[in-house]
Amino acid sequence: MTELPIWFDIAQIVAIALFILGLRYLSSPATARFGNRLAMVGMGVALIAFIAETHGIGWWAIALGAIIGSAIGLVFALRVKMTAMPQMVALFNGAGGAAALCISVIEIGAGQPPIPWLIIVSLVLSAIIGALSASGSIIAFLKLQEVMTGRPITYPGQQIVNALVLLCIVGLGGWMIAMQGDVPIGAVIGLFAAALALGVLFVLPIGGADMPVVISLLNSFTGVAVAIAGFELSHEILIVAGTIVGASGTLLTIMMGKAMNRPLSNVLFGAFGSGGGGEAAAASGGPQNVRSASADDVATMLAFASKVMIVPGYGMAVAQAQHSVKALADQLEARGVEVKYAIHPVAGRMPGHMNVLLAEANVPYPSLLDMDDANPEFPTTDVALIIGANDVTNPAARNVTSSPIYGMPILDVDKAHNVIVLKRSMRSGFAGIDNPLYELPNTAMLFGDAKASVDGLVSAVKGL
Amino acid sequence: MIDGTVLFFLISILVLAAFVGFEVISKVPTMLHTPLMSATNAIHGVIIAGAIIVTAMVFSNGTPSWWLQTLAVVGVALGAINVVGGFAVTERMLQMFKKKSGPTK
Repeated sequence: MTELPIWFDIAQIVAIALFILGLRYLSSPATARFGNRLAMVGMGVALIAFIAETHGIGWWAIALGAIIGSAIGLVFALRVKMTAMPQMVALFNGAGGAAALCISVIEIGAGQPPIPWLIIVSLVLSAIIGALSASGSIIAFLKLQEVMTGRPITYPGQQIVNALVLLCIVGLGGWMIAMQGDVPIGAVIGLFAAALALGVLFVLPIGGADMPVVISLLNSFTGVAVAIAGFELSHEILIVAGTIVGASGTLLTIMMGKAMNRPLSNVLFGAFGSGGGGEAAAASGGPQNVRSASADDVATMLAFASKVMIVPGYGMAVAQAQHSVKALADQLEARGVEVKYAIHPVAGRMPGHMNVLLAEANVPYPSLLDMDDANPEFPTTDVALIIGANDVTNPAARNVTSSPIYGMPILDVDKAHNVIVLKRSMRSGFAGIDNPLYELPNTAMLFGDAKASVDGLVSAVKGL
Repeated sequence: MIDGTVLFFLISILVLAAFVGFEVISKVPTMLHTPLMSATNAIHGVIIAGAIIVTAMVFSNGTPSWWLQTLAVVGVALGAINVVGGFAVTERMLQMFKKKSGPTK
């Protein structure tokens, strides 16, 4: 390894500082864009230094890859609908993991055994984690895109298969490290194939509702793979950036799990323990005694309320109803009604999912309330308008100890004077359980597609 | 090449970076979690730097075999997807948080 010039090191330090500052600024809505720009500049500084350091060796391969990759990334990022953002993050994350895998494969292919200890160890680890993250992300993408079922996929002997694959990885990886890379090519391919397979097997039994947690976890995995690749290539910036992502991703994952009152182990291995309990519970959804209302009833109730709290959920995202919701809020505000939005941390499929959608519809962010700010307001709320949210409003989480979501913090919508639930059907939510909220005397249901229902409300309010 | 002192130095960096990672994120409000995840996702796209180094490495001793060339291009492309896509998506999400002086209250 050649000595690197001082300007290269300075560029790396500047880039790292910009990454950290960027993340710092991302913690406030007012400065978040600036933060993202800072991180972008940091990336630019780092990459220019790296490209300059190659002295033009292999320039066409780098240029070709950069052009193809940038084009794909840009087209996907700019074309994707806002509702599909979580999948996109998963896909881009998978690309990062796959890149880490590629680097290790190249190092093995080009390196002469015996490969030094530090390098072989980090190379093997980075490849395994990168591969796992890549294939896992693709499954997460397919599940959220609804190309494959969002239900947990389980089969008999699943744990045995997983254990065998894991054993295969440990065995082949250990062998490769012990031999310092001097193993037949079949062993290398076998190792990486097993790591890819583990990623698939790891995500298959996890349900669609838990995907945000999984994507966050895979994001931190890729961070760790990048950090380890930093040891392999002996570059501090990879170690620092990778570790920061690994640490923050882990914390974010834990925070999401907490918001759902689901310990990480439960999210990841829940489908095994219960033997597909999710599906069994879903089937038990008995008939419920509910009151349904017409759009005109609801419109009158809303128009003559003094405070309305809108509680959006995944149903709003699916129906792309955010613009209609904003139109309804405008109508109500024009009549002097105070309209606010109560956002549960795990409403939708990613934390902040609802915020992003509502922001797209130009809802001013100060009217979006976190759960902690929203809950004290429900007792003084005239109408809580629930749009496609279910489990996050389920009062069973408070008092029914046998409920699978018992203990999950929820929005106290039942404390509002009136509750209107916009829902496609009586089907249960992701958790597959009944919602006693729907049977309360002050609750009325308005069935139908969220967008159609809200549009109906808009014209009904106009017509009053 | 890499002796114990350097390894110790690199591990120190790792430990400190882990603390920075925890500190930085612990102050982010829920509404920004998705953009934040997306931004950290873009930042780990710095793996493209690794892809650039190994590409230069395999080309440094003449023309490498076709599959190494292919892997090098693919590696850089994957890294670029991660970086460019990651930042672009984050930017798009954040564009929506522009403060609007709408008719509130």
